[in-house]
Amino acid sequence: MEQFFFHTVAGLVVLTVLECLAILVPLLMAVAYLVYGERKVLGAIQLRKGPNTVGPFGLFQTFADAIKMLTKETVIPSGANRALYLLAPFLTFVLAMIAWAVIPTNNGWAIANINVGVLYLFAVSSLGVYGILIAGWASNSKYAFLGGLRSAAQMVSYEVSLGLVIVSILLVVGSLNLNDIILAQRHVWFCLPMLPMFVIFFISALAETNRAPFDLPEGESELVAGFFVEYSSLAFGLFFLGEYMNMILMSAMTSILFLGGWLAPFNIAPFTWVPGPIWLILKILFVLFMFIWVRATFPRYRYDQLMRLGWKVFLPFSLVWMVLTAGFLMATGMLPVGSANGVG
Amino acid sequence: MAAGNLLKSFLLTELLGGLGVTLRYMFKPKATINYPFEKGHLSPRFRGEHALRRYPNGEERCIACKLCEAVCPAEAITIEAEPREDGSRRTTRYDIDMTKCIYCGLCEEACPVDAIVEGPNYEFATETREELMYDKNKLLANGDRWESVLARRLEMDAPYR
Repeated sequence: MEQFFFHTVAGLVVLTVLECLAILVPLLMAVAYLVYGERKVLGAIQLRKGPNTVGPFGLFQTFADAIKMLTKETVIPSGANRALYLLAPFLTFVLAMIAWAVIPTNNGWAIANINVGVLYLFAVSSLGVYGILIAGWASNSKYAFLGGLRSAAQMVSYEVSLGLVIVSILLVVGSLNLNDIILAQRHVWFCLPMLPMFVIFFISALAETNRAPFDLPEGESELVAGFFVEYSSLAFGLFFLGEYMNMILMSAMTSILFLGGWLAPFNIAPFTWVPGPIWLILKILFVLFMFIWVRATFPRYRYDQLMRLGWKVFLPFSLVWMVLTAGFLMATGMLPVGSANGVG
Repeated sequence: MAAGNLLKSFLLTELLGGLGVTLRYMFKPKATINYPFEKGHLSPRFRGEHALRRYPNGEERCIACKLCEAVCPAEAITIEAEPREDGSRRTTRYDIDMTKCIYCGLCEEACPVDAIVEGPNYEFATETREELMYDKNKLLANGDRWESVLARRLEMDAPYR
């Protein structure tokens, strides 16, 4: 058995497929319940009840919605570029899924425990803009086009500060491996010493996933639905899934970079009994709740405010903080050399 | 002052305040009622679906004075009348176009014999437009169906008329 799984090509392929399923199936369920949770939390904050009719406590609401959505017709506008129009949702969906390959759910538990994990995540989330841009352009509709442009500009702007935040984390850790980053937080989670970076990262993550208050690409009040206005049925569903998966992914990234990933909050008995994946899930849930909470609280940014915040506030601030971090590490001689921390 | 503002915006005090408000609201009791199972209170003056009432002996109240037709601002009511065999004046046609009606209640106000009334029923959605063209039979049937409630509502509202 062990021989087959770990030492033959076929065995490794089967193992990898099983690993992927073990991540993706719970992930798709998580998306379904994230939508439900979002509607419940938004409802509670607005003194409503949220979905409560389909199934116990409305737990099957998302599945009813999914069935309804999938039985609709896929409309392709006559002016649209068919190939690109159909490619875009798949691109978004696939990119949202492949990023999960490097997320460690316990010490060394990742489908691909690669040494450039952070870089990979960053690259995949940057590619995500293509799905949106292509969708906006290929729909041949002015609303979709404007939505796509806005989205591209927004994601590019916030990726810069997101990158700088990650760089300052990497300075401290000295490794691009996500597992090493988590292990470096054994003593203190990075959200405490790097609190400003944590806040900037979280806000940039909101902008990166096109969530309120930075949901201008969707902007339902002025762009109807933004880049996916022409999409329906499964194509729309893929965008929707991709968007929510990206949200979970960004929450996972926030948990890994700042909240100690699968580490227990304190390295003492009752906390260490709970296995790592549970801690990771709890942290992801917490960050997701923050996403929804923020959505329920703040009105949408104006476009120029969004750009101002990205380029004139976050960029200089994270740049200064990065230089400060580097200077502090140099001055105290704590700069990690090579991959001093952990396995590497 | 400027430094204070800067500090304020960098410490996100106002944003955190806002988050605090929404978090408090999250735990407040819900204002929603479970609509199809649970319904809100209706005033006795609520103006819903129309009904034509009858006297307790079964005689229809409407005397075809056409005041409601005249007063109707939406011109939703159409009445035709002829003397009946026993000589009393009755309607041969009493139609209300429910898609035109604005539920102002003027027909009810104008009626000298409390024949046409607007009842408490607001759940009369139909699948076709034609079903909303109410005729005399439909209105009388409504009256028979809701009579007990209608009489009570008129009684409760009478002191204020």
